[in-house]
Amino acid sequence: MTSEVYTLTVNGNDYQVVDGHSSESLLWVLRERLELSGSKNACEEGECGSCTVLLDGEIVCSCLVLAASAVGREITTIEGLGSEDEISDVQKAFVDAGAVQCGFCTPGLLVAIDQLLNSNPDPDDLTVREAISGNLCRCTGYGRILEAVRIASNNRTAQNEEEKSK
Amino acid sequence: MSRVQTSDTATKGPRIGESALRPDGIPKVKGEFVFSNDLRHSDMLWGGTLRSPHPAARIVSINTAPALKMTGVHAVLTSEDLDGMPLYGLEHPDQPVLADGFVRYQGEPIAIVAADHPENARIALEAIDVEYELIKPLSDPKLAQEAEAIHPDGNLFREIDLIYGNSQEEEGEIIVEGTYEVGMQDQAPLGTESGMAIPSEDGGIDLFVSTQWLHADRDQVAACLNLPTEKVRLTLAGVGGAFGAREDISLHIHLCLLAMKTGKPIKMSYSRTESFHGHVHRHPAQMWYRHHAKPDGTLTRIEAQLLLDGGAYASTSSAVLANATCFAAGPYRVPSVEIHGAVVRTNNPPCGAMRGFGCVQVCFAHEAQMDKLAIELGMDPVELRLRNALQPGDKIITGQTITGTAPVAEVIETCAQHPTSVGSASQQMELPGGAGRTADPKNIVRGEAIAVGFKNLMFSEGFDDFSTASCQLLDGVATITCACAEVGQGFVTLAQQIVREILGVEEVILEPASTANVGSAGSTSASRQTWMSGGAVKSACEEVRIRLLSRIAESYNLDVESLVIVDGGIASLSSDFSISLKEATAEPIEVEDTYRHMPTFPLNEKGQGDAHVSFAFSAHRAVVDVDQELGLVKVVELITSQDVGRVLNPLQLQGQLEGGAAQGLGLAVLEEINVVDGRILNPSFTDYLLPTALDMPPVEIAALIEQPEPNAPFGAKGVGEPPAISSTAAVASAVRNATGLDLQRVPIRPTDIVFPERGENG
Repeated sequence: MTSEVYTLTVNGNDYQVVDGHSSESLLWVLRERLELSGSKNACEEGECGSCTVLLDGEIVCSCLVLAASAVGREITTIEGLGSEDEISDVQKAFVDAGAVQCGFCTPGLLVAIDQLLNSNPDPDDLTVREAISGNLCRCTGYGRILEAVRIASNNRTAQNEEEKSK
Repeated sequence: MSRVQTSDTATKGPRIGESALRPDGIPKVKGEFVFSNDLRHSDMLWGGTLRSPHPAARIVSINTAPALKMTGVHAVLTSEDLDGMPLYGLEHPDQPVLADGFVRYQGEPIAIVAADHPENARIALEAIDVEYELIKPLSDPKLAQEAEAIHPDGNLFREIDLIYGNSQEEEGEIIVEGTYEVGMQDQAPLGTESGMAIPSEDGGIDLFVSTQWLHADRDQVAACLNLPTEKVRLTLAGVGGAFGAREDISLHIHLCLLAMKTGKPIKMSYSRTESFHGHVHRHPAQMWYRHHAKPDGTLTRIEAQLLLDGGAYASTSSAVLANATCFAAGPYRVPSVEIHGAVVRTNNPPCGAMRGFGCVQVCFAHEAQMDKLAIELGMDPVELRLRNALQPGDKIITGQTITGTAPVAEVIETCAQHPTSVGSASQQMELPGGAGRTADPKNIVRGEAIAVGFKNLMFSEGFDDFSTASCQLLDGVATITCACAEVGQGFVTLAQQIVREILGVEEVILEPASTANVGSAGSTSASRQTWMSGGAVKSACEEVRIRLLSRIAESYNLDVESLVIVDGGIASLSSDFSISLKEATAEPIEVEDTYRHMPTFPLNEKGQGDAHVSFAFSAHRAVVDVDQELGLVKVVELITSQDVGRVLNPLQLQGQLEGGAAQGLGLAVLEEINVVDGRILNPSFTDYLLPTALDMPPVEIAALIEQPEPNAPFGAKGVGEPPAISSTAAVASAVRNATGLDLQRVPIRPTDIVFPERGENG
């Protein structure tokens, strides 16, 4: 069944969804209709976290969200991290720490970790492991990913202290 | 094609031995890297596959008419529509492109459709009416050889009787015996099978696909389409992990058939469930072993019987069995060996390549036997292993002398001696059961154990194994063309390091991996690409260097011996001549080179021969906590040492060691495709459990043993597989150590710990 035209707000931009089926997931609409294919589909049942996006700042698996139910909410995807010219601190830490191999889990993990560090800039190891336990990675065994989080977290803490001392 | 990467350009960067960063790292963290299922085309259709719900049946009839009439459906194809070779297979073509008369495993493709939307494709598949006459599936591999043949080629893929040395028994020897079993593991790369086929104007086809070996795919696709190979062009699309799952054909031929039929680009992308049915798995194994030793622990004889379940079609079963047999004794010196190995056809899911390739299964068994022997002898298990450890110059059980390096004692000693860095769990979350908070600390027991394993590098048994690469140097920029499949392992990084090392250039462009512009690079498997495609890139660059320096010497009347490449230019050591590389290569130099490793030979009728090129060894030590009441295991630490020849990129090496250990841990305590009567019970990430960040402990690297391997480019051994071999055995052994149970099967299930007396049906 084709739905009415609706508008999604993704990374601050409004996108019209035309000719969408009402049953389409947010992940499907992001990838196939809006051509924002950074969010990945590895299980489409909320187990792997490859499709992680933020809905009004909260982590969701976009494969489990009906696209039409996201109308009027702020959606943040991997494409919304960093700026046009510069990758974010967490993205840079991923590259530097060797946290990327095949890279399929990377976008979802980055969205999850960015959200974690925004709410808790200095998480301990167990907190990080818990926070990313919904994001499966098959290549790395998580070692370099955890290292990337440590690097980004240390940099943020150092920056915060610097700002405080100013 | 809206977004296909054409090349990767390196920033200025490091050379051999340094932690160069991935050239595709930034596009990957930005979500811009195009994986095979990100491909799109404005005119494309979606393909779908009808699969058999039954593991064994005769197909009485197929009625596609209702599907063809449906909205948005452009084509429906069955075996009747094929006009090329109807069968394919990596080593032996025995697998139907589309089922013809029979289905032999659950999930076997029967029909394919093309439609304007994947939902319409799905609905059309449901509308195809197939009448089946069910056959009782042959699901027990032990019965396969006596059972009626379920395929015209019979039920035995291969049998090897390996006999080495003399078999006389010695006085007073200690004997231990055991029966072991390994379940079916899935590679579970996060990217499912996907790709796009585009018909071309010359009547041929362009296929963009995630794979491990473009040229082997190309040859099979061309035969099945009845096209000359030059009209079938395969280009690597972004690969979301592989681990063996992409060595065989999956949707390749189907995509091309639909594209040829409709004249339109076709995209296919498997769901996770379809992926579980759509690729081969690790062979389940049943193994019986008997070890004989002198009272001082010296091994005198090993007997073993190995039975691998190959599932419905051949895939690489034959080579997997050769590995299981050749490496069945472990990295130990044994004067007398008798092994019977067989791999059989059943109506279970087809099995083939997965990281470790036959060595994982036997490592679990031979290490369990070594532990058993140590207990029987009252000997320290590390000492027992050291006493029997292979050394350079020793023979392995195929009679082949190890002519390269073999630091077995070194990996064992460094791994065993490395201090542990974990204390006892301080939070409930860290105990077995984790966030479930089910653990009562008084039921928790800790165990620790070491395991050692080894494997061949590259292809064996006389296979003509080679890789081709070309290097062009123009205006100071090097361009490398090689069809090596980058699947996440980091060959793209290494290739750039090699070029910089030899040619002194900063900018290295890697052309897309494709069958269109270069010969085969061989498979990204068998831990072979660093050696093989690394070797091809290295020798092409070396020849470019020779020609460049000769040309400069000639042009400027200099002694070629005095010329060196330094600081982005060429300088003479005997004069003040210098020229920038950019200026020196205004006229391009291009060299293509094909690299081969030293020849290997088939195994003879006694399983003897110089079948392998080189061997890599690893050791793992695992520390585990076990909840004896609930049967839950938490691996709290993994320590490893590995024989690497030479470290070429420390960061990428660490990634291989950590990632491989995670897959080994998965097989030890989590991962199993549960197959009952030929049916997969758990084809989803809800029910097939992969290690998460909470399951995976830190991996401590005790030592990277750097003994340069003779004949290996840069002295480096492949490093991808060993981490997945000894890790499973170490974790299983540590659980045995913690619980005192026999535990002869992996993955270890909670019931195996809680109700050990119930045996395999616990």
